[in-house]
Amino acid sequence: MELLSGADMIARFLKDEGVEYIYGYPGGAALHIYDALFRQDAVKHILVRHEQAATHAADGYARASGKPGTVLVTSGPGATNTVTGIATAYMDSIPMVVLCGQVASHLIGEDAFQETDIVGVTRPIVKHSFIVKHPTEIPTVLKKAYYLAASGRPGPVVVDIPKDMTAPTERYEYVYPKKVKLRSYNPVTRGHTGQIKKAVELMLKARRPVFYTGGGVVTGDASEALTDLVQRLGYPITTTLMGIGAYPQRDRQSLGWLGMHGSYEANMAMHHADLIVAIGARFDDRVTNNTSKFCPTAKIVHVDIDPSSISKTVRADVPIVGPAGSVISEMISLVQGREPANPEALTEWWERIDGWRDERRGKLYEPAAPGEPLKPQQVIEAICEATRGEAFVTTDVGQHQMFAAQYYKFDKPNRFITSGGLGTMGFGFPAAMGIKQNYPDDDVVCITGEGSFQMMMQELSTCKQYGIGVKIVNLNNQSLGMVRQWQDLNYKSRHAHSYMESLPDFQKLIEAYGFTAIRVEREEDLLPALERAFADKDELVFLDVYVDPREHVYPMQVPLGSMRDMLLSKTERT
Amino acid sequence: MRHIISILMENEPGALSRVVGLFSQRNFNIESLNVAPTDDATLSRLTVTTVGDDRVIEQITKHLNKLIDVVKLVDLTEGNHVERELMLVKVKALGAQRDEVKRTVDIFRAQIVDVTPSVYTVQITGDAAKLDAFLQAMSPIGVLEVARTGVSGISRGDKVLSL
Ligand SMILES: Cc1ncc(C[n+]2csc(CCOP(=O)(O)OP(=O)(O)O)c2C)c(N)n1
Ligand SMILES: [Mg+2]
Repeated sequence: MELLSGADMIARFLKDEGVEYIYGYPGGAALHIYDALFRQDAVKHILVRHEQAATHAADGYARASGKPGTVLVTSGPGATNTVTGIATAYMDSIPMVVLCGQVASHLIGEDAFQETDIVGVTRPIVKHSFIVKHPTEIPTVLKKAYYLAASGRPGPVVVDIPKDMTAPTERYEYVYPKKVKLRSYNPVTRGHTGQIKKAVELMLKARRPVFYTGGGVVTGDASEALTDLVQRLGYPITTTLMGIGAYPQRDRQSLGWLGMHGSYEANMAMHHADLIVAIGARFDDRVTNNTSKFCPTAKIVHVDIDPSSISKTVRADVPIVGPAGSVISEMISLVQGREPANPEALTEWWERIDGWRDERRGKLYEPAAPGEPLKPQQVIEAICEATRGEAFVTTDVGQHQMFAAQYYKFDKPNRFITSGGLGTMGFGFPAAMGIKQNYPDDDVVCITGEGSFQMMMQELSTCKQYGIGVKIVNLNNQSLGMVRQWQDLNYKSRHAHSYMESLPDFQKLIEAYGFTAIRVEREEDLLPALERAFADKDELVFLDVYVDPREHVYPMQVPLGSMRDMLLSKTERT
Repeated sequence: MRHIISILMENEPGALSRVVGLFSQRNFNIESLNVAPTDDATLSRLTVTTVGDDRVIEQITKHLNKLIDVVKLVDLTEGNHVERELMLVKVKALGAQRDEVKRTVDIFRAQIVDVTPSVYTVQITGDAAKLDAFLQAMSPIGVLEVARTGVSGISRGDKVLSL
């Protein structure tokens, strides 16, 4: 039998749970826990420079590795600084456990120094939360927190720990709980066989089918199974932004991603489909455009682990509640040895799709004329080439994010890492840090904009302290490009506060932290700069690439329209 | 359509605020709500009446079920059920009004539970429509104060909501 203080229990539990990294920031209410961390070396603590960065780093780590990320902060401002990161993880269903110090129990409710009801503040953006009421609860509460965060539809879990729960003087028996059970929580492990059969019959009979898959396939580790099923049937597939890479994008059956800035052929195919097989996707408004005009001729099969995602915005004809992996495997076994019933219709369908592809070929963007500023699209294509399409790419939010998603081609899941649901500027850089620590031998590139980068640039200091060699490519359009684009389209180019005056000299800024920065303005400087940046995997290099501020992201769905209503350039629309 | 949803949830601090928070967060409507412990000390029972079309009600029950603190729930309006609400009303009772109040109380099978020279306090149980009707009948005389518990309900027959 082992007697430990609450603080030591936390440190021990994290070790027993196999947690490798904690991203955190200390403060009064968390100091007993920090002292316990100091006296062990199994769990590594990364000191960030802002608690929001801790959540994004833990989030990036979780997305790339599939394991829950861990955050440790103090009460009050430490805890409230995590809110944006928790909401980001919640919207994208990322497993994360956030441990918050809290003022001592007897002070709660008295507006004590650095007291915030963080459980109350985060209630709508967590999967669940706990307040520790007695030190002996710590092992089971933490076990439940990790179990809930990672199982079913994953999500962030907050654990609020009053300071007296971790007092070093009070010791209790510690046993690592190998398993916990919650009577009210039983995530489904497989789909309803009858429904899966129904879906497969529809799939085999379809004349104009499209697979539409999302983050659930990536989180559910079901990419291989999905690829197998899609290739057996020979049907086209489009993914959501969150689902990028679940099916190899360079394959002929891939139509790219869909939605507001999705590919022309993906949106056209969706609109004209007679069957949509949605797996681990949630028919979000950035995908469907106007739901009343959404895919007018399609029957819909919807597979999701979360029943509340099904028929939320678009009614499913065949709902299937279950994890992507097991449902897809069952579909494969039902498809085995059978052929689609309408081969001629399918051939015709592919001809139409190829027609849509050909319409846009070579017309995606206007390359820069000599002497003109670089186009952001060409920069992404160059990054893709320089990294052979194999890097982990994180992004911030804005035009650069959409360009990264459009022009970098991903063949593997978990490689394109972006804040899809919340659209959090500031996400990309700290997320890249979290990934690089888990994949030190891989290239990890943060594609950012000068607006977004300035929201989390203090983390350069963290990278310096821990030698985190991420690459940062700043698509510097000297403006909040995406905002400016909307102002061009909807506000007669009245650019209210979407310009970026007084930008820092990024080169000097980066050098102040002891890193290399290269400013790129001309096309001929781009490739050498990329070569230099990717020469050493362990070195942080920042490329400040000046790109054309007038560029817009296209296609762009027309508001209130259907999937196929798109602007294709500043002058063309469907 | 109006639905009565009964929920068994963990009798823990924070559970109630999660349920109530869900309704405001997702723009669902709450017409009435009541909550109290059950015979099992680890569980409380919460009954909420809400209004919405089938799609909304489906979303409400799915999201409630998703809350970790919610152990089980039933939409009572899907089957035969008994619905009751208790109301305490203070009404003006002066002179001739005193008899009239008394008569109406009898017609509604309500009870007078407190008396002063100028006020009767009436206790009445029934479904929400009956309580509404009583209030309407009393309004010409003068309703001074109303306290309603909100709807509670239970399904008819052998079906039970328990673990
Ligand atoms: C935290 C936060 N604040 C505001 C926004 C709204 N927003 C979306 S894109 C954008 C502009 C981003 O500018 P930049 O990072 O330079 O990227 P660009 O669009 O220029 O590529 C803004 C302000 C947001 N998504 N996140
Ligand atoms: Mg910009």
